[in-house]
Amino acid sequence: MIAIIDYDAGNLTSVSRALSHIGVENVITNDIKLIVSAERIIFPGVGAAGSAMQSLIRLGLDTAIRQAVDGGKPVLGICLGTQIILQKSEENQAKCLGIIDGSTLAFSEIFREKGIKGLKIPHMGWNQISLKTEHPVFAGLKETDEFYFVHGYYPWPENSRQVIATTDYGISFPSVIGMNNLVATQFHPEKSGNPGLTILKNFSSWEPC
Amino acid sequence: MLSKRIIPCLDVREGRTTKGIKFKNNVDIGDPVEMALMYYEAGADEIVFYDITASHEKRDIMIDVVRKVAETIFIPFSVGGGIRTLEDMRDVLLAGAEKVSVNSAAVVNPGIISQGAAAFGSQCIVLGMDVKHVGKSEKIPSGYEIVINGGRKYMGIDALEWALKGQALGAGEICLNSIDADGTKDGYELTLTELISTSVDIPVIASGGAGHPVHLRDVLTTGKADAALIASMVHYGTYTVPEIKSYLDESGVKIRSTW
Repeated sequence: MIAIIDYDAGNLTSVSRALSHIGVENVITNDIKLIVSAERIIFPGVGAAGSAMQSLIRLGLDTAIRQAVDGGKPVLGICLGTQIILQKSEENQAKCLGIIDGSTLAFSEIFREKGIKGLKIPHMGWNQISLKTEHPVFAGLKETDEFYFVHGYYPWPENSRQVIATTDYGISFPSVIGMNNLVATQFHPEKSGNPGLTILKNFSSWEPC
Repeated sequence: MLSKRIIPCLDVREGRTTKGIKFKNNVDIGDPVEMALMYYEAGADEIVFYDITASHEKRDIMIDVVRKVAETIFIPFSVGGGIRTLEDMRDVLLAGAEKVSVNSAAVVNPGIISQGAAAFGSQCIVLGMDVKHVGKSEKIPSGYEIVINGGRKYMGIDALEWALKGQALGAGEICLNSIDADGTKDGYELTLTELISTSVDIPVIASGGAGHPVHLRDVLTTGKADAALIASMVHYGTYTVPEIKSYLDESGVKIRSTW
């Protein structure tokens, strides 16, 4: 059973529907007991980092997520869920979970800094990922496969070994990050057609060592 | 590098897909869920549904279609047509749509854009604009005017000013439909599309006039659009989505080539 963490952050049903489609049992929940007993956790989210963190703390889910990661349970972060795993976000200067050292940065800032013009924000649509390392959750994908992104901010871990894949949009940014039993994508596997479903399928049987 | 998106658009009336020219003469062309699945499997990057059901009482039929589509395809899709309130937005988003588009209702009540963005996030609010070329004037400096009711009612609002206002209010994307080009199959309105797309920071989907893959190439390059809406050129089997994508790929337009 996969627990999809419900913290009032956007469209969680799409993750649930995609898992059900590939035959993976799942539940959308904010019940800490269910989350603790679940075999795996998906931490999705759409919205703003600040209000999402407030909801997590109010529901006591920040601790539950930290415990799951520390306890070795497979955890998949998606989009905002990925950004919140870092220490802080440039979006409203929000303090985040700090499971991975680093920050969530704004495309608008880096584009201004580097004088990059003509690129729309949010980064919305299909783009490729370039894997830096082999990872079981990303097995069986074609190099040309693309994934659906929609975001104005991107994760930036301090330790470059925690970058699993990068994507090019004006700059090269980390589009998959992780360590040990944690993997987190900036794109939406649940909205990325067959390649995305492959990632969800791989995650649902992933046994991190 | 970000790919340009190819987006089939389905007009749905009382649960069936229809296609008309300039909003008139609608004919039944199939089941929207089956058509969505077909386009999903053919490599469409996104799908747009417009609910053109006239009667407000029958809107639940569309919600049912949205729910079925969400269980069937795993790419983003948006729903527009008849969205007037936050409640209407919530209904389609909860049923599984990724985005909701507002058009006439936003012209009458621009606050719906900011309310929708605050409640659900900018990324799921698409501003649909129906635009007609009227020539430059003091009132309409860009020469393009916002119209509603399928082009029958001129609103006295400049299209460029409206696009910038929509962005400022929190729209995450613009779907720009040229009423002049719609249904003609003569190509998109390139001047209008380039004007709007280079003036706003959010993505712009070009709509109206697609009849040949070269039209998509032109609007995605010269027109600077981020995505192109297609309808009759694929609904009637004149072209398939893979054929259009191959053409674009050979023309040097970055598209999603595997799925």
